[in-house]
Amino acid sequence: MTGPLLEVSGLRVRLPSRTGAMLPAVDGVDLAVSPGEVLGVAGESGSGKTMTALATLGLLPHGARTEGSIRLAGREILGLPDKQLRSVRGREVAMVAQDPRTALHPMLSVERQLTEHLRHHHGVGKRAARDEAADLLDQVRIPDPRAALARYPHEFSGGMRQRIAIASALAARPSLLIADEPTTALDVTVQAGILRLLDRLRRERGLAVLIITHDLGVLSSIADRLVVMYAGRVVETGSTADVLGSPRHPYTRGLLDALPEGGTTTMRPIPGSPPALGSVPAGCAFHPRCAHAEAGCTAAVPPLLQIAPGRATACPVDPFVRPEVPTEAPA
Amino acid sequence: MSVLTATGVEVTYPGAGRSVRAVAGVDLAVEPGEVLGLVGESGCGKSSLARALVGLVAPSAGTVTFGGEPVQPLRRRARPVAQRRLQMVFQDPYSSLNARRRVGDQIADALRLAGTGGRRRAPGAVGSLLERVGLDPAMQTRYPHEFSGGQRQRVAIARALAADPTVVVADEPISALDASAQAQVANLLVGLARDEGVAVVFISHDLAIVRQVADRTAVMYLGTVVEVGPTETLWTDPQHPYTRALIGAVPVPDGSGRLPADLPGDVPDPAAPPSGCRFHPRCPVATPECPTWEPVLRMQGPDHAAACLLAPDRTEVSP
Repeated sequence: MTGPLLEVSGLRVRLPSRTGAMLPAVDGVDLAVSPGEVLGVAGESGSGKTMTALATLGLLPHGARTEGSIRLAGREILGLPDKQLRSVRGREVAMVAQDPRTALHPMLSVERQLTEHLRHHHGVGKRAARDEAADLLDQVRIPDPRAALARYPHEFSGGMRQRIAIASALAARPSLLIADEPTTALDVTVQAGILRLLDRLRRERGLAVLIITHDLGVLSSIADRLVVMYAGRVVETGSTADVLGSPRHPYTRGLLDALPEGGTTTMRPIPGSPPALGSVPAGCAFHPRCAHAEAGCTAAVPPLLQIAPGRATACPVDPFVRPEVPTEAPA
Repeated sequence: MSVLTATGVEVTYPGAGRSVRAVAGVDLAVEPGEVLGLVGESGCGKSSLARALVGLVAPSAGTVTFGGEPVQPLRRRARPVAQRRLQMVFQDPYSSLNARRRVGDQIADALRLAGTGGRRRAPGAVGSLLERVGLDPAMQTRYPHEFSGGQRQRVAIARALAADPTVVVADEPISALDASAQAQVANLLVGLARDEGVAVVFISHDLAIVRQVADRTAVMYLGTVVEVGPTETLWTDPQHPYTRALIGAVPVPDGSGRLPADLPGDVPDPAAPPSGCRFHPRCPVATPECPTWEPVLRMQGPDHAAACLLAPDRTEVSP
């Protein structure tokens, strides 16, 4: 492996408010995804996960300002003119969004939407493209894929449309797939099938996946590494096993405690809600909701500090250090 | 006595040339103060059943009773007074609330319609309902867009509580919410059952949540209940292969990197259900007999029943 396929560093995204002020939505995010790797981004809504993804694709809302660097296969793509960006996007990156209603063109047949990329970007013939498209539909579990190709998006249910949207993203044979809550609206059985498909593609094709979701179960099953975001910043990162197995940031711990688990314990939700854009608390943005907050937490934004190779947390209090585990094994 | 019962309930939607039987004969009983979880894949009929339970659709066969009286399907007339304490919470608080009215006014409407507040309702009634769902009473002058998704769902629950319900049927009440908001809203509904004796029917495709909140769980497949029992028993000792498949498909957030188990195939078209056991085309342990026999719910243990030919024979459940 010759280094990461996608390398985001110091990314800042500011969005215009109604009054014209620029509000920070993403505030200095670093992340990297290598070929064949699945990187998970976790956090509640408003944490900046989706804006990070959209910035990577150059698809931010109108008026947004970005700073920092986004390198795709070594090439800086932040600030590329639209036309050049489009050719990079079409060949290298595909995105699956949460809402299947907007991902597909309502007036084009499924075949057209699944074969366009292959025919234009990869020069595949019509029949071969159709075969590949049918195969993809089969892999995302659309019954009778050949017949489905001739149909239009409105003829499918929401769950099926999402699966077609996933197939259409994969049809472009991307090297990087950005998936924003791709399975949130789907049944667990279908979700299991999609996660297995993504896992196979990354092993067989070296597909790099940036998967964004608040579902830690999904991330646990497929992601190699995790980035936990809160209020536009990365608060914890590390291997999935480390981050979920022994979380070091109170926010990560809070997300895990909010989850149901077997037995008699009740879910302990994090009190309050994430801050709105433009009203991020001073210091550590999480301190008003944090059970471990100390006086110093309001003073300055805590930096993301490495605590072990490949493992970092932005909590100076670090309340979950377990003395019996002196150092984490390198990931 | 059960506060809400369904007996042989079927829901049929007329279609062009073929009608769809979304619910194909369901027996259920909900006890006061319990949380009954209802799970299954989309298309299994759980929402149709929910709507039949509260009278939003008329069952094509069978009966639903609430407090011993048959539930009248909602028509143009106002609901009978006796049924106002049967309430529903919908999945999407963005569409179940009126975007153009202050939430306090919407809750006040519910109080007025429920007749509990009367014309001169206590001035603090709206505020105390908001407090009951964990919101600041001062928020009643706000509009729905000023709330987060979780807060909005609380407003919808406060509105349902205005009728002082004895049963709340909640159809996917948390699936549109963030993880932490999910826990808050789920805990709120469980609190209603535990502290106030409200029976809660909690419908969700998220099995992990249902495991956490439900005292009993019913698993639906293609219009029928295939297994029902105490939640922990169902999880630790599922008797129906479909229940086992659903549980195996739930990803566990333990950082182990284990992929969830796969259940191939889709829920079949309910207009043309498979013969015999409706699950047999997808069932990993189907026998040649399965397409020929429609299994009925059989007792597997105390309060635990499953509808599978392979589940050990015990006594049949009387409806």
